[in-house]
Amino acid sequence: MPTVAQDDVPRFELRFSLTQGAFTVATDVDVAARAVALFGPSGSGKTSILEAIAGLRTPQHGRIVVRGRVLYDTDTRTHVPVRDRHVGYVPQDVLLFPHLDVRRNITYAQGRRAHVNVPDLDQLLGITTLMDRKVVGLSGGERQRVALARALYSGPDVLLLDEPLAAVDLARRRLILDALIAIRDELRVPLVYVTHSPEEARAVADYAVVLDEGKVVAAGKPRDVLP
Amino acid sequence: MDGEIFEIAVFTTAAALAATVVMLPPGIALAWVLARHRFRGKAVVETLASLPLVMPPVATGLLLLWLVGRRGPVGHLLEPLGIEIVFTPAAVVLAMAIMGLPLLVRTARAGFEQVTRRYEQMAETLGARPWRVFTTVTLPLASRNILAGALLGFTRALGEFGATIVVAGSIPGRTRTLTVGIYTYTETGQDARAAALLVVSVALAFGAVLVANRLAHVD
Repeated sequence: MPTVAQDDVPRFELRFSLTQGAFTVATDVDVAARAVALFGPSGSGKTSILEAIAGLRTPQHGRIVVRGRVLYDTDTRTHVPVRDRHVGYVPQDVLLFPHLDVRRNITYAQGRRAHVNVPDLDQLLGITTLMDRKVVGLSGGERQRVALARALYSGPDVLLLDEPLAAVDLARRRLILDALIAIRDELRVPLVYVTHSPEEARAVADYAVVLDEGKVVAAGKPRDVLP
Repeated sequence: MDGEIFEIAVFTTAAALAATVVMLPPGIALAWVLARHRFRGKAVVETLASLPLVMPPVATGLLLLWLVGRRGPVGHLLEPLGIEIVFTPAAVVLAMAIMGLPLLVRTARAGFEQVTRRYEQMAETLGARPWRVFTTVTLPLASRNILAGALLGFTRALGEFGATIVVAGSIPGRTRTLTVGIYTYTETGQDARAAALLVVSVALAFGAVLVANRLAHVD
């Protein structure tokens, strides 16, 4: 795979193979990018890659480096525990804690590495009015924004997003997309963005990895590799 | 209600509450271990944890009497410390706790099994250490089952008879509980007192079921 190197752009090294039952995901990506899109149909291994970065799945072989920090390396037996990976993971089903209100969801990680400007973030995501709401009554878009805030409040090195617009109605997608771009450019938190929509991948990512059945079939600039 | 009846009602309720408090920490720990871990001998632990449910309570009482009696494996360790259990209120609480524990463990275990592991994983990605994950995510999400289990344990404790009478006896003003009282009064022909205790029993059971149903339906 091509290696793009730029000084101030975060570098991702995702070279590993992960087998679960009959399914194997293998990636060989080493790239400097502000946002990497993992693109492919369902079952192509996108989510497995995110979970491997988060430490929720353990590759059999390989190496995961995010912004110069080695999170996993079978050669040196490095395996940073999930809690110390500093990833902001937003799974597709967002998994807000159902027993906590919005505020307590968002502040769950606070005190860890709060270097994010919190009022700006609340404004950016439009969640200031949601703070005292229960999680149960939130719409898809609201849940997504709250989950983003929760992940960002922890001051992550990288934001791992799994189909963040899937449960959001069309009218609100632009809102969240803009927020994500602001997170990328203003808060300078790099993104790894799982999607099966080429439009989303083009809008957010400066590098795209195309997956099919667990294999990288193309990687490069979104306009070159996406359909 | 005469003074003795009142005293018995209060003592029994207090002892059952104390037994519930005593059984909660080991009960929750055991339920969690059984729900979340595989280990050698798990089947044995599972069976042991259910044993008081199926064993004749009197037999459990006899076993306890042997365990905490002066020459028993636990009792002889406590004796030099001046702690005596047999025929004391502590024996009542112990018997109640042992008899209630299986109900708590089974119910709480089902609760832990229902907690989606992925919520715990989310907490981990947010930097939470295992104890924080347990206390802020796992425990609250299983809390309704734990509460229901504690209530079941409490009601079981209120109705405990067989183990209590063997290990604690029926000492008036000291170890006499509702059930043991009913038995003793009936045996000695004090029917009015037995009837009074019966009324108290019904009232307590009624209240417990009412609370349990509330817990089951409230969202």
